[in-house]
Amino acid sequence: MEPTISFFSGFTPNDLLFLGEAALRTLWISVLSITIGTALGVLFGWVLYEGKLAATLTVAPVLDIFRSVPLIIQLVLFYNFAPIVGLNLDPFASGVVILTIYTASLVANVARGGIEAVETPMRRAARSLGMTYWQDLRYVVFPIGGRAVFPAWVGVALGVMKDSALVSVLGYVELLKASQILITRTQEPFLILTIAGAFYFALSYPISRYAASLERKWAQ
Amino acid sequence: MFDYNFHWRPVMKSLPDLLDAAFLTLQVAVLAMVLGIIIGLCLALIRMHMKGPIRWLASCWVELARNTPALFQLFFFGFGLGAFGLHLSPYMIVLAGLTFNCAGYLAENFRGGFNAVPDTQLRASRSLGMTAWQAYTRIVIPQVFRIVYHPITNQMVWAVLMSSLGMLVGFRELSGETQFFASRTFRIFEYFAVTAVIYYVIVKLILIASRLLATRLFRY
Amino acid sequence: MIEIHDLHKYFGTLHVLKGIDLNVEKGEVLSVIGASGSGKSTLLYCINGLEPVQQGRVVVDGTDVHAKGTDINKLRQRLGMVFQQWNSFPHLTALENVALAPKIVKGKSKAEAREIAAQQLRHVGLGEKLAVYPSALSGGQQQRLAIARALAMEPEYMLFDEATSALDPELVGEVLETMRMLAEEGMTMICVTHEMGFARDVSDRVAFFHQGVMEEIGPPEQIFSNAQSEHTRKFLANVR
Repeated sequence: MEPTISFFSGFTPNDLLFLGEAALRTLWISVLSITIGTALGVLFGWVLYEGKLAATLTVAPVLDIFRSVPLIIQLVLFYNFAPIVGLNLDPFASGVVILTIYTASLVANVARGGIEAVETPMRRAARSLGMTYWQDLRYVVFPIGGRAVFPAWVGVALGVMKDSALVSVLGYVELLKASQILITRTQEPFLILTIAGAFYFALSYPISRYAASLERKWAQ
Repeated sequence: MFDYNFHWRPVMKSLPDLLDAAFLTLQVAVLAMVLGIIIGLCLALIRMHMKGPIRWLASCWVELARNTPALFQLFFFGFGLGAFGLHLSPYMIVLAGLTFNCAGYLAENFRGGFNAVPDTQLRASRSLGMTAWQAYTRIVIPQVFRIVYHPITNQMVWAVLMSSLGMLVGFRELSGETQFFASRTFRIFEYFAVTAVIYYVIVKLILIASRLLATRLFRY
Repeated sequence: MIEIHDLHKYFGTLHVLKGIDLNVEKGEVLSVIGASGSGKSTLLYCINGLEPVQQGRVVVDGTDVHAKGTDINKLRQRLGMVFQQWNSFPHLTALENVALAPKIVKGKSKAEAREIAAQQLRHVGLGEKLAVYPSALSGGQQQRLAIARALAMEPEYMLFDEATSALDPELVGEVLETMRMLAEEGMTMICVTHEMGFARDVSDRVAFFHQGVMEEIGPPEQIFSNAQSEHTRKFLANVR
């Protein structure tokens, strides 16, 4: 055994910068996918709730597939499928497409739950006041249902943020991929993994705590 | 339509190997769930009833499991522990990572379950002369299991999906095996498409089995 | 006999029982009345040791409930308790609800425990409901189930903690009827209750609690028509 164990052997400030940039890429791909995915998911959720037979027969099973196949398989599959249909997508674009659909499939269920959480009498009351269907959605269902499922949505969003690590399988250098590269070079697995883990934790933990406290507050 | 010739024959030829690997996937997921349920129950009870460093450790476990990517956790058991001279086999890496993750999520489910059983149930049991142990094992925990049955089923599905990360740490479960064949034959899309179907079937079988079991277990 | 000497109970800094002295004889039916927060439910919890006490003693048939060496689980078999919230065990059928404690606490055989349970359920008028889960029973039926569950332990005393307060008005009667039946059979009972009719007609003595103090105790006629304490008169005037 070596007499002194230096944790910084081979790990330079430049490497920290490298990790920082990778962390930004993690953030960027997550924010993009969560934003578009949520918009799509709410739309799908509304379609599922309205339950037009055709929509239920088409949208529901498709969304179900994205929840029942590992994300990593979806990513590899799509990345290799795109060129077959003549699309040349880089790892980032492929990652965004799959993460977005994946988010949408999860958000759709959350959104449907939110609409169902607003009980019929309340909606009847809104319609009886002369609100149109869209006004009812905009001013009654959205604020009340949104509040009911906001914590669940935060859970989905944080899940996608963590799962974005899987885009590394396509070669996209997000935080965890960058860590892996650095570990191979510096042989400092513990230090580098701790930094990467701390980044995810620092992002996820406060937000999930905040969502939980909101849930408690709103439950009263 | 496609500028690509699909070749399914190699996939069909290795289907028996893939199904063997699928069995390994199921095995590691079930084992991780069994361990996860036992540990998760302990973590929940520790966090509810104990103070001091043990409680702090339990909280760290739960929060780290929930607030960092599963892939990060796998990497940690993979090369993170290597920093301390501990090298696990790929099987053990996946089992340890999955167990760590499942236990953390299940602990929170159990905590919710315990909170949902009113204190008065415990009081009523004790007033009949039951010991605390009898009251817990006969009255409280059966009710908790009913409440967390659905979340446990979901976690089982997650465990199967998560085990696909084994591919990235050299474990030849279903995904790892698929990648092995795909990289040898360059039929990446075909292999991963079949594997996606296998995962889908596994997930559906778990859900069906869970529903059948529920009608047996819960008649109230 | 239940003997209570100078009993003090605190919740934190809140002094809920301020020196209670009370004896309940075998075969007696005692009703405890008073406003909510007067400490009357806490008294029951102290009697069967569900709440620790800070000063004083509760002695049941010669055994100090709160003494260190007391086998509290053994003692509780002598003290049946019925709660405001009936607390049926939702995952067990009516029969299993009642049979469980005789089996695991008293060590009776499964067949014997089920026999006792069936008998007690018939006793409270639930003979038809043996295989039913509590979710399919009304509140009144569940409360009678709770009474049968306590009786199956063959207790010497029954403690009722506002057994009818959580029930819909139309269901109160059947539970009171069951309690009245027990009283007529000679069961020793302490009933914390808001049912003044029951207190007047069924009890041997009535105790009035006010802010942690037992203000007055006596036969129902005395309490209801000739109360000595100003607080008692005021309380009775308000509930009527």
